[in-house]
Amino acid sequence: MSRKTNLPAGKRALELVQNNAVPIMFIIICAVFIPMAGFSPSYLLNEIVTRMGRNLFLVLCLLFPIMAGMGLNFAMTLGAMGAEIAIILVADWQIWGIPGVVLAMILSIPFSALLGFICGTLQNMAKGREMITSYIINFFINGWYQLIVLYIMGAIVPIAHASIMLPRGYGIRNTVSLLNMRQCLDDLLAIRVAGVKIPVFTFLLVALLCLFIVWFRRTKLGQDMRAVGQDLEVAKAAGINVDRTRIISVVMSTVCAGFGMVIYLQNIGNLPTYTGHAQIGMFCIAALLVGGASVEKAGIGNAFLGVILFHLMFIVAPGAGAFITGDSMVGEYFRVFLSYGVITLALIMYEAKKRMVRSKAGQELAEAQTKKEDA
Amino acid sequence: MTNNVNPLLQMQNIKKDFFGNQVLTDINFTLGEGEVLGLCGENGAGKSTLMKILFGMDVIRETGGYSGDILIDGKKVEFNTPFDALEAGIGMVHQEFSLVPGFTATENILLNREPCKKNIVSEVFGDRLNTLDYKEMDRRSAAAIEKMGVAIDAKMVISDMPVGHKQFTEIARELSKDQLKLLILDEPTAVLTEKEAEALLESIRGMAARGISVIFITHRLHEILAVCDKVVVMRDGYVVRDVPTRETSVEDITKWMVGRDVQSAAVGEARTNDGGRTILSIKNLWVDMPGETVRDVSLDIREGEILGIGGLAGQGKLGIPNGVMGLYEAGGKVEFNGQEIPLNNPRKCLDSSLAFVSEDRREVGLLLDESLEWNVAFPAMQIQEKFLKKLLGGFIKWRDEKGIHQVTQKYIDELQIKCTSSKQKAKELSGGNQQKVCLAKAFALEPKFLFVSEPTRGIDVGAKALVLEALKQFNRESGVTVVMISSELEELRQTCDRIAIISGGRVAGILPAAASSEEFGLLMVSQVV
Repeated sequence: MSRKTNLPAGKRALELVQNNAVPIMFIIICAVFIPMAGFSPSYLLNEIVTRMGRNLFLVLCLLFPIMAGMGLNFAMTLGAMGAEIAIILVADWQIWGIPGVVLAMILSIPFSALLGFICGTLQNMAKGREMITSYIINFFINGWYQLIVLYIMGAIVPIAHASIMLPRGYGIRNTVSLLNMRQCLDDLLAIRVAGVKIPVFTFLLVALLCLFIVWFRRTKLGQDMRAVGQDLEVAKAAGINVDRTRIISVVMSTVCAGFGMVIYLQNIGNLPTYTGHAQIGMFCIAALLVGGASVEKAGIGNAFLGVILFHLMFIVAPGAGAFITGDSMVGEYFRVFLSYGVITLALIMYEAKKRMVRSKAGQELAEAQTKKEDA
Repeated sequence: MTNNVNPLLQMQNIKKDFFGNQVLTDINFTLGEGEVLGLCGENGAGKSTLMKILFGMDVIRETGGYSGDILIDGKKVEFNTPFDALEAGIGMVHQEFSLVPGFTATENILLNREPCKKNIVSEVFGDRLNTLDYKEMDRRSAAAIEKMGVAIDAKMVISDMPVGHKQFTEIARELSKDQLKLLILDEPTAVLTEKEAEALLESIRGMAARGISVIFITHRLHEILAVCDKVVVMRDGYVVRDVPTRETSVEDITKWMVGRDVQSAAVGEARTNDGGRTILSIKNLWVDMPGETVRDVSLDIREGEILGIGGLAGQGKLGIPNGVMGLYEAGGKVEFNGQEIPLNNPRKCLDSSLAFVSEDRREVGLLLDESLEWNVAFPAMQIQEKFLKKLLGGFIKWRDEKGIHQVTQKYIDELQIKCTSSKQKAKELSGGNQQKVCLAKAFALEPKFLFVSEPTRGIDVGAKALVLEALKQFNRESGVTVVMISSELEELRQTCDRIAIISGGRVAGILPAAASSEEFGLLMVSQVV
């Protein structure tokens, strides 16, 4: 530590850049794109605030498995699927508005918890390869989800309203309209500041989750999770039930993802039945990483910064693409490829950073030698 | 001995075999409250197995259990898991650290035993959602550290600690358990500096005064004499002696352990080789090895000599071979036979006929899950294409199983490696025998130059003499230049021609082996950082 303080300012700045390469890269991208896209500041602000309300809850749910050392939970998508099933049922029962949202959240718990439990159990069988396992579990469970939504709903699970059913008599339509619960949470207590609508209640829910996370770190379970995350064997030797702790962290993550998905869908106002969850995991993880998180360390701050930067890029990319090439599709394509790029980069950086630290210590030793010779 | 009716611990007729291979036979001893028992014996004598039985380790149950009785306070107990043993008041500090790296000492000391406060959520969802009581945690860890009597920083994160403090954190963790009656210390001083070891011995005396019994396993016999009330000596699975410490001496214990006389430590026949050609020249070497940083080392090694490198723990003596051989980031200039060897490239070193026996035999030295044959022949096969038969003009290379078997058998005989056969897996051997395999592996490379790092760490007196003798012989007969790094000055003086002392990452001085201990001692502390 004492080493750092007597480094020259330039070196320290370089270190700062190296440690926060991804967020800085995105700040630069946004800074270049914003003038190109030519949006008004109030429009941008409005969009950002909306998207923060929409996505923050989902991104925050990724923190639990990282705490337990299981890396980025691609399987948060499972929670989204659970929420989608719940919301289809609620839509069919015609329970709208706030009661509908609350019911959908409650109803999503058993689905997400069950899926989270399955996922956690499978991940325990594949220790050390949690991320790829959770990624593949997505595709597997997606198959079951489609089976339920496409064949079982309407045929076995009674669906009363033809408006959400496929014309053939069973299965759910490609899109389920949620117009009657659209933005009902966001509008609750909403205020307007200088033309920017702030969804106060949604932000309150996010704040509540943040408080919960902060408090949770101080609980016995939170401490156990951190211990398990850092050294599995030691935690086991101390008598912590490692497998159970890990499953709990995944279940917490999927259940929160379920809540997050309900918030997300009420904001959008319709449910793309077969594709709604597909990109959720990828984009949330990309957002968290853009915020400067790594595979093993992530905090609430990373989630906030990440959502702002990542979605700012999302908003301005099509406009910037149109400005550069005259085709907004280029920007569209650009933003998707960037988000995959960020995830790849983060996975590589995790290793590269360790190596960098090592070579830096070496340089310092070599410098100390020459300095002594000079003296 | 006290005339308690029921001593704290009684071991009666303990027997244990691993699949027909008898490793413990009729072990009997008793330990009273507040007594310190020194347990010694050569590697493979059965000490570790005996402690595993006492601590209820899984491996014992998995290999068919044991026979005989363990009595605690006169009652027969049967431990199926270490948790049963903990419950009964037995604590064990293992040789490998069992600490969470990113936690502070306090968090580690109270791991999974954190004092908690109830709250509304935990009333509903169960005790695991209780919040931690940080004040109480600080208080308890401070109490445990106080009980131990060695000051460590309770707020320091484990990964920032020197190795000795990690060891003390482990001990404090055991002491923080209120039910602790018996503490097993398995070679705790192996990683400590002399000063720390002294503090530990003091701490053991303090524990005994508080009524905690201690079983102390160590190879440093003078430590046993310093703190123990009685000594139990084991050999080949038997208890050969069980005597009060005051009636014995280092010489006696050594004799009982090996069952033969070990010649007392004498300075070996050091040779002077002043005119010798410089075979390896190290200039301005720095090595970034955690805990063993080398800052600026320049050293010339003469052909055919045995050069010792000594110094206190953490001063950088281990960094030198690890840096030269490319295992840790290094810089500077290294010339071998007049040719410069690129650093940070282990393969280049091995190609130039340098070999290295690492101090870290489990991680770097051995393929633990493979047979001895593989372990001995693997590097030679990889680097020099020995033990390979070429078919189709070298297009296909075939392993020469017969050749591998022969060479392994040769070294098993020469180094007296105790094993069931050359096909046995390396991990099944005891520490000393594993070390011999590491040597055999390096010998099989037939190098021109050999680095040997801590060749006797954690191995017993008998094996030690053998290993040192083998090194000497290898040097004399094959003319191989040997650089031996060791924390034990005595064994350097027995084996080496010249000894370089490293202090503060620099060469403090080079003395002939015959120089007095005081001269070496002065050099060791000269530049300590």
